[in-house]
Amino acid sequence: MSVLRNARKLIVARAIAGNRHFAVRYLPGFSTIAVLCFVLLYAPIVALVIYSFNSGTNIALWEGFSLHWYTVAWENELVQEVTFRSLIVASMAAVTSTMLATMAALGTTRTGDYRGRMLIYATINQPLMVPEIVTGVALLIFFAIVKAFTGYHGLAYLIAAHTAFCIPFAYLPIRARLEGMDSSLETAAQDLYATPVKTFWRITLPLMWPGILAGFMLAFVISLDDVVITELVKSAGQDTLPTYMLGQLRRGITPEVNAISSALLGISILLVSLFFVLRNR
Amino acid sequence: MSPDHKDTLVKSSTRHTRAFKASRKRQLQNNLLLCVPALLVLALAAVGPLLIVLVYTFLEAGPYGGVVWQWSFEGWFEVFLKRDIFDGTVSIADAHLSIFWRSFKLSIQSTLLALVLGFPTAYFIATRPAATRNLWLFLITIPFWTNLLIRTFAIMQLIRDQGILNTLLIGFGVIDTPIEMLYTEFSIMLGMTYVYLPLMVLPLYASIEKLDFRLVEAAYDLYAGRLKVLFRIIVPLVKPGIVAGCILVFIPSLGAYVTPRVLGGGKNLMLGNLIELQFGQGRNWPLGAALSITLLCVVMISLLFYVRSTQRKEADRG
Repeated sequence: MSVLRNARKLIVARAIAGNRHFAVRYLPGFSTIAVLCFVLLYAPIVALVIYSFNSGTNIALWEGFSLHWYTVAWENELVQEVTFRSLIVASMAAVTSTMLATMAALGTTRTGDYRGRMLIYATINQPLMVPEIVTGVALLIFFAIVKAFTGYHGLAYLIAAHTAFCIPFAYLPIRARLEGMDSSLETAAQDLYATPVKTFWRITLPLMWPGILAGFMLAFVISLDDVVITELVKSAGQDTLPTYMLGQLRRGITPEVNAISSALLGISILLVSLFFVLRNR
Repeated sequence: MSPDHKDTLVKSSTRHTRAFKASRKRQLQNNLLLCVPALLVLALAAVGPLLIVLVYTFLEAGPYGGVVWQWSFEGWFEVFLKRDIFDGTVSIADAHLSIFWRSFKLSIQSTLLALVLGFPTAYFIATRPAATRNLWLFLITIPFWTNLLIRTFAIMQLIRDQGILNTLLIGFGVIDTPIEMLYTEFSIMLGMTYVYLPLMVLPLYASIEKLDFRLVEAAYDLYAGRLKVLFRIIVPLVKPGIVAGCILVFIPSLGAYVTPRVLGGGKNLMLGNLIELQFGQGRNWPLGAALSITLLCVVMISLLFYVRSTQRKEADRG
């Protein structure tokens, strides 16, 4: 009798143990594909960066480590010029769009629902929904009209275009930050007779600062990386770094472009990593 | 409570509501005022210009680009049809149709390839321990925020005739002559999959992460096999994520400009390149405008499906 009971216990125990070994979440081959996917995602980028340190003129043949192409790119006056222009456009657009997005985020969060809020959301997110090529064409046409009327051909068009499509990217993290923010601190400040202005500068702004910084960095990266809209909007001689590189590709790949790409890649990854750190704070 | 007293109470409470209403109205005005600058910039440099594009589709093309202010349907006409220069006979614009077809075909192919690669990846991330999940997600998003041109450029280097892939294959003796991959439709498809893959993984991850694995366990208890569990339990449950991911990859693929230009080598045009061409060498702004509006309409319809799928996802969650 006891032998039988023991045997049954053993079977149950085995079943439980077996069950524990049976992984419910496991699907054969999925992990392999996933790892392959990560490798495929990073292999081209890693190869690009490695070969940017190649000393030879042939990009496929490894001829030894050198910073030669970085120096060549650094000393190329045209590259300097377009990099400078890229940085000007990106910083102007990022600063302006972050300011506008901050105001809009304050105006659309932490209040009750009001009529027209959906319309405001839709307008702010419009650049995310319309294909870049269509936005580019629309701006090309519109700016052609403005140019004909004013005769102004400067950089302001590019900055305005970049500001517009950077707004949603700056807006999203700021809004997320505001929505997760506790309003009791502001109520406390007002209870202690702080003026609304003082409450804003001393309480609200410091609290939302990580969101604003995150939004700024995202906007900066997005502006720095834009190709399509810039390509269509720019006047002659207004190349930014990405459109310059696109133009260079037509003449075949040079290791110099390789080096510039790697440098730009490094900046983007740095800024995005900072963005993630800020967002998780 | 005396009626008199009650009266004063009511009066004070109405005064309070009135004060509350007034302050709420002021707050509302402030809110709207705060949004005005952003909305103004967007109206000037995003929404407004789209309306001008619509107007331009109904104008006549200028000889050196631009338009002549003369109403005409020629722009829309030329999207699908063409007129012979000599005898004026109308026929279907097969050059345009083949570009539309290529855009659709390659977009659908890259969406499917991204799904096949992205689903296991999203599943893999969602079933990692919570502590490492964010790191995996971070690894998926990083390439997405780096320059699209540079990533396309990286793919280009990999699959060139003298590229790393062919050099390796020849080095290992797998092939004798390099496989021609660059400047083909295949390379565009591969490039678009590579570039937009994160857009597939992220919504898929979001829905797999919420998957109730007790249902999966129950299916196994009822003697379902792995494949049956995958296709009868998991796939139906994460369908909103699949739809969302597919649309998020399909939309930018359809309007892609950089990837087909760099990897297609100028001969495998897609819709985005055809549009740009009309404002460059083509000098046919109304046709370019009409093509843009066509693309925009297709994208908007796809977005409607996307919104519906995400709403259903929220409704399912309760």
